[in-house]
Amino acid sequence: MDIATLPSLTPFLPELILGVGALVLLMVGVFSGARATSLVSTLAVLVIIAAGLALLFKTPDGETFNAAFVLDPFARFFKILALIGSGFAIVMSSSFIKREKFEHFEYPVLILLATLGMMLMISANDLISVYLGLELQSLALYVVAAINRDSEKSTEAGLKYFVLGALSSGMLLYGASLVYGFTDHTQFAGIATALAAGPISTGVVFGIVLFIAGIAFKVSAVPFHMWTPDVYEGAPTPVTAFFAAAPKAAAMAMFVRALVGPFGPAIGEWQQVVTFIAIASMVLGAFAAIGQTNIKRLMAYSSIGHMGFALVGLAAGNEAGVQGVLIYMATYLAMTLGSFAVILSMRRNGKMVETTADLAGMSRTHPVTAFIFAMLLFSLAGIPPLAGFFAKFYVFLAAIDAHLYALSVIGVLSSVVGAYYYLRLVKIMYFDEPVAAFEPMSGELRVVLGLSGAFVILFVLFAGQIGAVAGLAAKTFF
Amino acid sequence: MTDWPILSTVTFLPTVGALLLLLIRGDDAAARRNIYWISLWTTLITFVISLLIWRDFDHANTGFQFVERAGWLSSSIGYSMGVDGISMLFVILTTFLMPFCIVASKLSVQKRFREYMIAFLILETLMIGVFCATDLILFYVFFEAGLIPMFLIIGIWGGPRRVYAAFKFFLYTLAGSVLMLLAIMAMYWQAGTTDIPTLLNHAFPAGMQTWLWLAFFASFAVKMPMWPVHTWLPDAHVEAPTAGSVILAGVLLKMGGYGFLRFSLPMFPLASADFAPFIYTLSVVAIIYTSLVALMQEDIKKLIAYSSVAHMGYVTMGIFTMNPQGVEGAIFQMLSHGIVASALFLCVGVIYDRMHTREISAYGGLVNRMPFYAVAFLVFTMANVGLPGTSSFVGEFMTLLGAFRANTWVAFFATTGVILSASYGLWLYRRVVFGPLDKPSLKGMFDLSRREIAILVPLIVLTIFFGVYPTPVFNVTSASVDNLITNYQAALSAAGKLALAAQ
Repeated sequence: MDIATLPSLTPFLPELILGVGALVLLMVGVFSGARATSLVSTLAVLVIIAAGLALLFKTPDGETFNAAFVLDPFARFFKILALIGSGFAIVMSSSFIKREKFEHFEYPVLILLATLGMMLMISANDLISVYLGLELQSLALYVVAAINRDSEKSTEAGLKYFVLGALSSGMLLYGASLVYGFTDHTQFAGIATALAAGPISTGVVFGIVLFIAGIAFKVSAVPFHMWTPDVYEGAPTPVTAFFAAAPKAAAMAMFVRALVGPFGPAIGEWQQVVTFIAIASMVLGAFAAIGQTNIKRLMAYSSIGHMGFALVGLAAGNEAGVQGVLIYMATYLAMTLGSFAVILSMRRNGKMVETTADLAGMSRTHPVTAFIFAMLLFSLAGIPPLAGFFAKFYVFLAAIDAHLYALSVIGVLSSVVGAYYYLRLVKIMYFDEPVAAFEPMSGELRVVLGLSGAFVILFVLFAGQIGAVAGLAAKTFF
Repeated sequence: MTDWPILSTVTFLPTVGALLLLLIRGDDAAARRNIYWISLWTTLITFVISLLIWRDFDHANTGFQFVERAGWLSSSIGYSMGVDGISMLFVILTTFLMPFCIVASKLSVQKRFREYMIAFLILETLMIGVFCATDLILFYVFFEAGLIPMFLIIGIWGGPRRVYAAFKFFLYTLAGSVLMLLAIMAMYWQAGTTDIPTLLNHAFPAGMQTWLWLAFFASFAVKMPMWPVHTWLPDAHVEAPTAGSVILAGVLLKMGGYGFLRFSLPMFPLASADFAPFIYTLSVVAIIYTSLVALMQEDIKKLIAYSSVAHMGYVTMGIFTMNPQGVEGAIFQMLSHGIVASALFLCVGVIYDRMHTREISAYGGLVNRMPFYAVAFLVFTMANVGLPGTSSFVGEFMTLLGAFRANTWVAFFATTGVILSASYGLWLYRRVVFGPLDKPSLKGMFDLSRREIAILVPLIVLTIFFGVYPTPVFNVTSASVDNLITNYQAALSAAGKLALAAQ
């Protein structure tokens, strides 16, 4: 092959670091055995930091691989979120690995590979690269969900996730092939031109709907949410923390890029679908979480609801909406990581506990942790002046601009219903009599909790700057 | 006037005090004393500084004064503060009531004293912020954020059914407010800004006004509270600790009335005119129905809570009469109720601290053991009834006067509320204070301590002072209220002309 035809690799540098890093760490792990888990974890975090630094300082915007891969401000924003999510997920699992004898050096390597998949998804600018990124991420996630081989629940979670995930990938692929068949393009730019040129045929609409169904599964939006509570509950808690954060951001990025970019001219067709998915997710997330007593299941329903709120911004389909989605996912990531830092610290008598009743009286046994967790919960409920309020503010602002009034009213009312179960956790921590204290929180969890608490509480001071950054990223499409 | 940002200082000073409290460790008597004094000094200094606002206030100016501006969310959504004749006195009311709350909690709050004081100081910041904000989003942030500390105050330090009351308070208020948030967003897209002074001069389309008005109404009616969405208030009052009830009755209820005056009337004048009969109906029902309900209460705090709902009925009625008497009367009634209802809850707190019950039947004949208490309670009961010479009389009389000008029947029905309030007020007083002291548990009651006298005397003085000489308040409010009404009438006649021209 002629050297001149080689694609430029500069926009691809962070992915290259992740990919090569994952392979090298696999070698390290294989040759030093199970003892190497913590070494591999540390190195994996370093690889992620290196990729992040490369992304921030060394990689210019641009397209490569015949425009199948694009790096723009939008992608950069989401990639940073994905890297933060993955990095903290590895950090947060380190003490769990030691205490629970959860020694699989493959775990950090698989997270690296999943992260690579996410980065590809976020930058995917072609139906084929969308699928490649998605599958790389998903296959790594299937294995991670089932990584605790001796636990029935974990195995069940992995299997369920795999079967349903394969189904949804199939739907997405079928949708993509229909879109290709009717527009003659796999490249996003080409699809957009084809759709803008003439009337939108039924075949393309079918394709778009199936495509949406496939991604809705990945972001666990209703009606494709069934796997979420079981996988969240069954997977080891650090894995759940990972699942809840970075992959959601990546899938949401892909969702936004696909719908606003190539399918943008067909907004009249997909807007009602996304509106329905958003309403269904918000309502189901709010009502189904009320009855949960397992905190991981509760977080699963909570995440379903939050994806609904983020989709409100996408349903608006305008610049303000994309800005809203960006802010929502950034806030959601911080709140989720902080909440899981608390859940990971729920250990008593050498065992993890995970019912909501175990939090009773935490405000007296662990006042600082309880306070930050309470702030995270109020933020998840969307109460000002915390970050979650501003996230909801931006998405609904866009929805009102797009005249989606029914969606907005149902959305805010379901946020009131949702506030009930977050308040119930606050009530358990603050109003109930304490039970025995948890074991002391490990250092890295304290750091994660402190950072996310600071983000949530101080967001109000920097809301303008964060909004401006997200606004710049949203300009990519408009 | 100087460039010193006095409003922000007053708003955030209590937060500084709360941060200071974080430095104190330990739970012994010395730590408690330090916590108490830091909180008390913080609120006192805040109060003194807030008095400077009153001193430098320009009575003739109808616009916002002490204006502060800074960038925040975007170029059109900023951090901006300012007070005018409508909002300024509510700031003073808030800073004035806080020291009483701190002093009243000194002995009655046993557990988690430091957290309690922090919650109260944060709440003070948020309440002052509500009245100072001149940006809608900023207003909403302060307005809603107050739910968090109040939820914790009711839920942690409240009575036996505190969890139920806290949830009901939180969810009711939140449900009302989120609709207002959507309305605020719609206004933002329509007017391109959330700056309140700009919005006050922005004419929203008539059809839009109706929906915006309803959304704001959903929030303020719950907060006020108006019948039939008042049911959270008796629960919250009964379960909240004494100081919580004081703040609830004294300040939080006023946010609804303030909201109507600040937003509903001037920004949606056409809708306000259309909905005025609706408000009259709800107000009259509230006045009569909740007064009757108050008659039948067994619990002292619940009785006062229902009487608060009735008194807020006068406020909503007065606001929507849209004449100077009605609106100024409504503002005065809110301020007066802030003092009188707070004082009544403090009075209940005094006997609750001794007996740990609020059942009316558990008391009787207190005058024999507690003469000073009987006097104080009498003054506030009479003020609550609306006896001439007390501040409530001025407010009630002016709102009724305004209502009479607007609609005679409304005034007629509302006036029956005065009779009913005398019935429940005097009957309560008879059952608690008069009669023979034959219950053995009451034999050991002692009269007001020096601390309690120090709390109640200033409130007595103010109640009577403003009852006799209300001019200082009207000096502040009249210019802004006149301006409000002039603009309102201008908007109505402009719309009328348009309608005529269209025909």
